Amino acid sequence: MGEMNEKSEKRERGPVWDVFRRLSKRITAMMGLVIVVVFLLSALFAPLLAPHDPYEHSLADKLATPSWDYPLGRDELGRCILSRIIYGARISLLIGLIVISIGIFVGVPIGVVSAYFGGKVDFIVQRFVDTMLAFPGILLALLLIAMLGVGLHNVMIAVGISTIPIYARLARSSVLAIKSRQFVEAARSIGSSHLRIILQHLIPNSLSPIIVQSTLHMATAILWAAGLGFLGLGVSPPTAEWGAMLNGGRLYIRVAYHVATFPGLMIFVTVLGFNLLGDGLRDALDPRLKT
Amino acid sequence: MANDILIEIKNLSMYFPITKGIIRQQKIAEVKAVDGVNFFIRKGETLGLVGESGCGKTTLGRCLLQLIRPTSGEVYFEGVDLCTMASDHLRSIRQRMQIIFQDPFDSLDPRMTAGEIVAEPLRVHTRIRGRELREKIAELLKIVGLDPSMTERYPHQFSGGQRQRLGIARALAIRPSFIVCDEPISALDVSIQAQIINLLEDLQGEFDLTYLFIAHDLSVVRHISHRVAVMYLGKIVEVANRDALYRVAKHPYTIALLSAVPIPDPIVEASRERIILRGEIPSPIALPPGCNFHPRCPIGVEICQKEIPSLREIEEGHWVACHLA
Repeated sequence: MGEMNEKSEKRERGPVWDVFRRLSKRITAMMGLVIVVVFLLSALFAPLLAPHDPYEHSLADKLATPSWDYPLGRDELGRCILSRIIYGARISLLIGLIVISIGIFVGVPIGVVSAYFGGKVDFIVQRFVDTMLAFPGILLALLLIAMLGVGLHNVMIAVGISTIPIYARLARSSVLAIKSRQFVEAARSIGSSHLRIILQHLIPNSLSPIIVQSTLHMATAILWAAGLGFLGLGVSPPTAEWGAMLNGGRLYIRVAYHVATFPGLMIFVTVLGFNLLGDGLRDALDPRLKT
Repeated sequence: MANDILIEIKNLSMYFPITKGIIRQQKIAEVKAVDGVNFFIRKGETLGLVGESGCGKTTLGRCLLQLIRPTSGEVYFEGVDLCTMASDHLRSIRQRMQIIFQDPFDSLDPRMTAGEIVAEPLRVHTRIRGRELREKIAELLKIVGLDPSMTERYPHQFSGGQRQRLGIARALAIRPSFIVCDEPISALDVSIQAQIINLLEDLQGEFDLTYLFIAHDLSVVRHISHRVAVMYLGKIVEVANRDALYRVAKHPYTIALLSAVPIPDPIVEASRERIILRGEIPSPIALPPGCNFHPRCPIGVEICQKEIPSLREIEEGHWVACHLA
């Protein structure tokens, strides 16, 4: 009886706990997780952590190098870079997460359905995807903004939409490889519905490359949003956002390295964190590598 | 007599088109994987289906279950034609017929535990859930000789034989009456093969199952089958009761096939007469005119090159497709 209880208790902890337990065994994955969590927390508690007001400027102190009061120095308008980075995390992470979510939640189903049903469906869907891929991503995003209008929300939607074809292709190629496996045929012979086959067998088995791709996309998304902001289409100037800060500091890189370096470093570390986490997640989600 | 027939196949054909061109696809040829096949299977019997690689055995099994929709012909399951059935209706009839696959490493979803794999058919076709479902899974695992404590394990943690048992448990879960065994033992070690064969035989007795046993190993087929059908290039060339077929085979292809079985006695083996067929198996895209087998047949005559022999009953229960039989 006691054994039974213990067993059911173990069951209740569920698959999320299971994945975390396996994740915790990998040092690099844990580093990634720590980075991501630290950034998320600092974004969440920005007002408590930032030493100064990110919008308070002082032209007299512009481009001041790092000091005790201003650990990362001041930017071209004399604003505290550290505070701006902390506040900027809110927008930059949001951009990354929303862009990737749009890409995955729209792109993956398109790719899976296209590959699973094949034939004419596949042909038509893939020509659409080809058309979208033929445009350079940033141009496609520009086009979409022209249609949707300027603003941060529209930038996120536009960049998100322009990543859809990449996920659609990725999901399609994984599913094409999986759908000819015998376990899919077994599911059909059992009488499983198309929906069940897709959700239960195809998607879980084709997720690994998508997870890795999405962590790499984090950086691209932040930089694209910054680029669009630079063109005046996204985040408008005073708002603290990493990409915009990077662009702003670019002009002064010869005289004041810190203005562009620190936001750039932040993007780099964020991407690294998500990437390590994604890599670890892929392994942790694979039952074949379970110990 | 007619009442105990579970499955009857009439004129079943499966042609795979070979197409050319991207925009306007043109059919340039066809692979005749299954070509006008007729046979029946009685309730509770095992029909062995033998033939060399690429002769269409597996395609025939898939067509029978409508996993591939055949090009033409009829498949009657308990008197109902499956080929004209809508796919919705077909899904519900799938619980009556199941399949055991050849490759136990490919036929189980690597991301599902043993329990989930066996539970899937029950989730699709029944309302059994929760505790009752877990008990049912444990029972099924026990039936196929696995320890119920293995429920939480993943397929890669099982050996080949255990995985095949898991595949059998999945096929049995919804109590089918008919199972296609698609070379269920050819991917296993010899020592495991016998265990799986015995398991299949035990289950047949216990659950009143009917098997279509596809294989290329003639001695295994002899052991398990009641009747045997021999296939060559998409056509059935001979069907007979097991003993009749192994004793007095009529079709020259069957005779050649049987002469290739080694005998485990070195003296007899040394004096064994082997019929070595000339040439290669013709391409199923460009079939020879007349009898498919005539280019390789040791006894072929002129008529064989012109007329396709039909499957005739030459003795009771013994059908042969040969002009000379």
